[in-house]
Amino acid sequence: MNASALAAVVPCWSCKGPVASRALFCSVCGAVQGPGAIDHFTRLGMTPTFDLDMDALERQYFGFQRRLHPDRFASKSGKEKALSQAQATSLNDAYETLKDPMKRAAYLLTLLGHPVDLTACGTINDRALLMEQMEKREALADATTPEQVAKLAVEAESEVIACQCHISAAFNAADLDGAGHLCIRLKYLAKLAEEARAKKSRITRMP
Amino acid sequence: MLLQLSEPGESPAPHESERGLAIGIDLGTTNSVVALARDGTVEVLRDAEGKGLVPSVVYYGGDGAVTVGQDARRMLLEEPDHVVSSIKRLMGRGVEDLKTLAGTLPFKLDVAADGGMVRLSVGERILTPVEVSADILRALRARAEAAQGKTVDRAVITVPAYFDDGARTATKDAARLAGLEVLRLVNEPTAAALAYGLDNAAEGFYAVYDLGGGTFDISILRMEKGVFQVKATGGDAALGGDDIDHAIAEHFLAERSATHGEVAITAGEAKQALAAARVAKECLSSRPEGEWVIEVDGKPSRHALTRVQLEDLAAPWVERTTAICRGVIADSGVDLADIKGVVLVGGSTRMPVVRRKVREIFGREPLSNINPDEVVAVGAALQAEALTVGSDTLLLDVTPLSLGIETMGGIVEKVIPRNTPIPVAMAQEFTTYQDGQTAMSVHVLQGEREMVDQCRSLARFVLRGIPNMAAGAARIRVTFTVDADGLLTVAASEATTGVEQQVAVKPSYGLTEDEMATMLRDSLEHAKDDMASRLFAETVVEARRSVLAVQAALKVDSDLLSPAERQDIDGAIGQVDTAIATGDRDTVIAATEALEAATKVFAERRMDRGIRAALAGMAVDRLDDALGGE
Ligand SMILES: Nc1ncnc2c1ncn2[C@@H]1O[C@H](COP(=O)(O)OP(=O)(O)O)[C@@H](O)[C@H]1O
Ligand SMILES: [Mg+2]
Ligand SMILES: [Zn+2]
Repeated sequence: MNASALAAVVPCWSCKGPVASRALFCSVCGAVQGPGAIDHFTRLGMTPTFDLDMDALERQYFGFQRRLHPDRFASKSGKEKALSQAQATSLNDAYETLKDPMKRAAYLLTLLGHPVDLTACGTINDRALLMEQMEKREALADATTPEQVAKLAVEAESEVIACQCHISAAFNAADLDGAGHLCIRLKYLAKLAEEARAKKSRITRMP
Repeated sequence: MLLQLSEPGESPAPHESERGLAIGIDLGTTNSVVALARDGTVEVLRDAEGKGLVPSVVYYGGDGAVTVGQDARRMLLEEPDHVVSSIKRLMGRGVEDLKTLAGTLPFKLDVAADGGMVRLSVGERILTPVEVSADILRALRARAEAAQGKTVDRAVITVPAYFDDGARTATKDAARLAGLEVLRLVNEPTAAALAYGLDNAAEGFYAVYDLGGGTFDISILRMEKGVFQVKATGGDAALGGDDIDHAIAEHFLAERSATHGEVAITAGEAKQALAAARVAKECLSSRPEGEWVIEVDGKPSRHALTRVQLEDLAAPWVERTTAICRGVIADSGVDLADIKGVVLVGGSTRMPVVRRKVREIFGREPLSNINPDEVVAVGAALQAEALTVGSDTLLLDVTPLSLGIETMGGIVEKVIPRNTPIPVAMAQEFTTYQDGQTAMSVHVLQGEREMVDQCRSLARFVLRGIPNMAAGAARIRVTFTVDADGLLTVAASEATTGVEQQVAVKPSYGLTEDEMATMLRDSLEHAKDDMASRLFAETVVEARRSVLAVQAALKVDSDLLSPAERQDIDGAIGQVDTAIATGDRDTVIAATEALEAATKVFAERRMDRGIRAALAGMAVDRLDDALGGE
């Protein structure tokens, strides 16, 4: 308790007085503080969960950027400019990670001490996944009419959404192994959906 | 719990009034525009005839005089060797790049150039593109100063969104030479969106299609409650109306050879043909056909052209924008049907064939209630005001091009993908490929292609002092940082030893600090004084911040001081004010350091009190500025 209380107070770089280590601005002199090492959820003022309210996340992100973006510090001292850049960089990192379901799931798994390697594809389980993906990819390559491609794009999209629901369920059931596997599955599904979308916009012409 | 703080950006920075004015500049390939915003109202600064557009043309007279704009453009045909136009095409380019641009450039290059930055031979002078751009910026600055009767020393300057790091750095260098502090480099389409969005209270997804003289940019943005968020951007830094002019000029010259026989085309003929081509092209935007005359050395030739013919000649260039737009729409992840409007920017969007193409690509009529020539400068001026006085709007931009480093086999490993929101920092780990390898060369590249020779080389440096280890054992972490101006810094460190090296990427074709210093010294104006006064201004900002910080601390914790101690501190504060009044930078630095020393014990007591309070678990609230976003 005492140790954490101690860690919670650091000297403000500007007025040298005590400031909460997680504070954005010094409550005494108003100077912007460094971003500190906090997790992405805390940084954006969100509760760590897979089921994030996306509108709330975006509101928080814009709200923090409004206060911390380098554009707010253009006529401040060099040190304040540098700190605001560091803050805005951390906010971008946090937001880009949390807004993407796959990255969010992987990040949450890391936070929970159960990291997943998204580059892995060696297990039997994954081989089945690869087979399934190969078939779907072939179907997409063979599709020639806009209708066929559109249909595949819709299918891919709904599989992505279904997978996200399963991930959510896995997290809620504290099944971190399951969430990890689904996370890898989501990676492939999302890639396929993106390719389908790209092909769709390539072959669909506006009237 | 939110504490009452003077929020950055909400109130004007103190002493703002002491500074010169901050302007917005659209530094175009063909035309430039300068504007000034006050209380959200923008004035484009015009000449006596009411023209806001300043041709980006510079005339270097034999007597050393430098003329910019309309008057310089007039000299183009009389003394072509003394006139420079379209210099923006060469910003940040190296001699190597010119091969790809060959034939499209209206300059005589200095052949002695030593493989580094391009140099032009203009009359008796040898000039770099940075110096020529600085001359244009000086003229714009002078126009603003004359109109306002006040010093102008800061600017927001726009650059094509698709400008690479080298071109951005070159633009910043040019501003420095012209005595302007760059508050921010803003991407042209983003500036246009800001101006359009604020004026029309736009909400939703919009596209900005900017086809000027030498560059093409396309951006998809989301505008919402004062937030301008770029979703994706793309373009071609060498595509514009100039290319169409060349196609027409070639057509004219072929006709001319048919009239006067096949003789080598002279430089004079080529310039005349280009000028005629441009006039023809612009006329045909409002007329279906016309006839133009090229006359060189008393030999006239007549050239009839219809809009239909022109559109045939222009088709390949206009078509090139289609694929780029489709790619950017796909990158943005925005459904075409969700794009609520297309903002047209740049003189070339006046061509009916371009408008038809935009309608075809986006499936809707482009917006036309915007002045395509001035909207970028208006946005820049609004942003200049926002950065100096404060504002509620927020511009969130992205990197236009992927950034990476060279790995084995000449393959580029991407570190930051394109369309990543900035500012951003991303790291990648690499390792050695030979036993006992103690140095590693880092080659930084920009571009979308896989192979090194297909991307743009930004910089090279060598990380030394890697411990002697087996191949693959060292862990070298390369961190790329892109700031809000879109400029890159690269740092490399070895994890087991912490050997670290940081380079601001001074691009391969940029100016060195020495060259900059020489140019600043040589520049006719008091650029040196400008530098000195800028440094002084920065020091004063820092000194005032220290004083304000101490005063704020005294307000809450002065009970920690004896009257004598308090007097010491007040004295030190007074010394800083006195030092600022002397106008001498070193004196201000010394006084600021003295203030720091005088408050050391005070700071220690404050920390003690804070920690004791935290241990007692009572005051963390007071210290904890709320974490809530809005
Ligand atoms: N009425 C017009 N019709 C066709 N092209 C035009 C017209 N007016 C200007 N242009 C072309 O627009 C280009 C200049 O556009 P501008 O936006 O000023 O360029 P930049 O941003 O590159 O400086 C030139 O190629 C010019 O010929
Ligand atoms: Mg332009
Ligand atoms: Zn403080």
